[in-house]
Amino acid sequence: MLSIKNLKAGIDGKEILKGINLEIGAGEVHAIMGPNGSGKSTLSSVLAGRTDYEVTGGEVLFNGKNLLELNPEERAREGLFLAFQYPVEIPGVSTINFLKTAIAEIREYKGLPALEAKDFLKMVKEKQALVELKGSLASRAVNEGFSGGEKKRNEIFQMAMLEPTLAILDETDSGLDIDALRVVANGVNKLRSSTRSFVVITHYQRLLDYIVPDFVHVLFEGRIVKSGDKELAMELEKKGYGELTR
Amino acid sequence: MGFLGPLRKRAMDAFLKQGLPGRKSEEYKYSNPEKLFRGASIKPESLGLESVNFNVSGLEKKPSVLDLKKLDKALQAFEIKGVSENRVVLVNGVYIQELSALPDMPEGVLICSLAGALTDYRSLLEKHFSKYADVEADPFIALNTAYAGDGLFMRVAEGVTVGKTIHILNVITDEASALLNKRNLILLERSAEVDVVESTVVVSEEVNVGRNVVNELSELILDEQSRLRFYRMQQDCEGLNLISTVQVLQKASSHFDTHTITLSGDWMRNNLNIVVDAERCETHLNGLYITRGIQHVDNHTLVDQRKPNCESNQLYKGILADKSTGVFNGKIFVRRDAQKINAYQSSKTILLSDDATVNTKPQLEIYANDVKCSHGSSTGHLDEEAMFYLRSRGLSEESAKRMLLYAFASDVVDTIRIEPLRAYANDLISKQLDFDIKK
Repeated sequence: MLSIKNLKAGIDGKEILKGINLEIGAGEVHAIMGPNGSGKSTLSSVLAGRTDYEVTGGEVLFNGKNLLELNPEERAREGLFLAFQYPVEIPGVSTINFLKTAIAEIREYKGLPALEAKDFLKMVKEKQALVELKGSLASRAVNEGFSGGEKKRNEIFQMAMLEPTLAILDETDSGLDIDALRVVANGVNKLRSSTRSFVVITHYQRLLDYIVPDFVHVLFEGRIVKSGDKELAMELEKKGYGELTR
Repeated sequence: MGFLGPLRKRAMDAFLKQGLPGRKSEEYKYSNPEKLFRGASIKPESLGLESVNFNVSGLEKKPSVLDLKKLDKALQAFEIKGVSENRVVLVNGVYIQELSALPDMPEGVLICSLAGALTDYRSLLEKHFSKYADVEADPFIALNTAYAGDGLFMRVAEGVTVGKTIHILNVITDEASALLNKRNLILLERSAEVDVVESTVVVSEEVNVGRNVVNELSELILDEQSRLRFYRMQQDCEGLNLISTVQVLQKASSHFDTHTITLSGDWMRNNLNIVVDAERCETHLNGLYITRGIQHVDNHTLVDQRKPNCESNQLYKGILADKSTGVFNGKIFVRRDAQKINAYQSSKTILLSDDATVNTKPQLEIYANDVKCSHGSSTGHLDEEAMFYLRSRGLSEESAKRMLLYAFASDVVDTIRIEPLRAYANDLISKQLDFDIKK
């Protein structure tokens, strides 16, 4: 599904990713862990198409397409979703309103017929229930005045609505208390399927108790220095990054 | 001509004393009107001020019957369903009875030409005309007072609530003088209530290249407990150079709510001067301007809080594309005796290009000590983080832009209380934004 080969990227002339290699198959959940400054957020930003980052080498294939040549909306329409670490507040634009436009444009891109209003609303209700998001929140301006937990739940709600084939969760656990974490993880688990893959970027092993990964990778100084299964996350929790990255 | 003769003379003297404001004028620093008069057919020295005749019939001619038919047809384009049923048409400042229609006016509403009112309602005019706009304060007020030929006179009598909105169609045609001075006087007596929409439009057979300068002045008087909503739509004004002054006097417990929406025009200067001269008044000023090309839009507001226990709110927003320029200058005076005043001001601008510029200047002068005043202003490009967020959800760059700009403008449009006008304004704004985005 996603194939990253020797990806190098940086910002303002400073190289942050120094050759990432990663293969993600359909239905797999990959966790990427690493200390601050290891390049975790750079990786998610480069994959989603944030323009501040410059790709200096390597390639990324997403379902056979050259991902790096696509603009952010094309990536989304091809099935990529990024759950933001810091979801943006957008005054005057409601989540429902922009999702309606987004879904219409995605369906047009895929050559699918437009979604009927009543089907859209039905879908909204269903997906809101999935992440226990109050109905009124989705009609309000995007993330404006939302609590940290509500913002993250809103991210997962949007993910559920857009039905991506690959979702990148960028430190979705940051700023969440244990109850909110459980709700968010629960939402994600319900969306797991044999055709949908996840990249879970996190600092702590805690999230992985709820979203159990198939693979765990340790990112350090712009490279994946170790890969394993969920046991690796346990090990990291016990020993810290120090020993593993030495 | 009784009182008018000496008044015109005094106004002319005041204009000659002040002269046209140039770059050195603090008030016209970013909107130098000299350039409007330079190289055009108007030159200050050729204005013929010494030879003006004091005839209120003015310099503008009433259109011929044939032209009226054409105009009637052209004006259909500016009709707003639910608003234009009661309409007053002014062509180059001349009140046109034949194109106006006021089927739903209750007793006590007087609407006629200003020139006509001078003979028919002389005592009212003598009491109010030019009593509020100070000829010494601004050369364009002076010039207008010296020259203005016609315009609209409206009076809503004590206790009368006008249920239907009145639409003023302020039409400028090719026949307008190179310098057109037009004048309105709107008088709300005690407890009177009315909603007025004024659309300024150019009806032209050729592409207007900005020959005309229109210098318009409206005096609005709100007596005790009266309420006026005054919406100005400056749309379809290509080629127009406009200096528009609105001078407002608010008396006790009156409520003034105004919107200035500028979507067109070459060079537009809006002066909105509000004197709040009594207690318990409410004042709301909202503005939205969307510019492109080399358009220039300047909004100067002045709220003069003279008495205690009043509230004023100001929200101005601008979206500037291409090489267009904007100015917002918001003055609030809170006089020594004006305690317990709440006065808020906010000005926000989005620049859609690197060549667009805006000059924003809040000016709060507070002499009372028990007041709540605040101002905020921001200028920037579209929020890139918000753009990326929306695009990462599958929205095209164009849709994301449209959504953010529309939301930005909505803050102002949503405060329009007349539903059909709000829908109409939203429609005009989306069309204009679409144009700017697709470029």
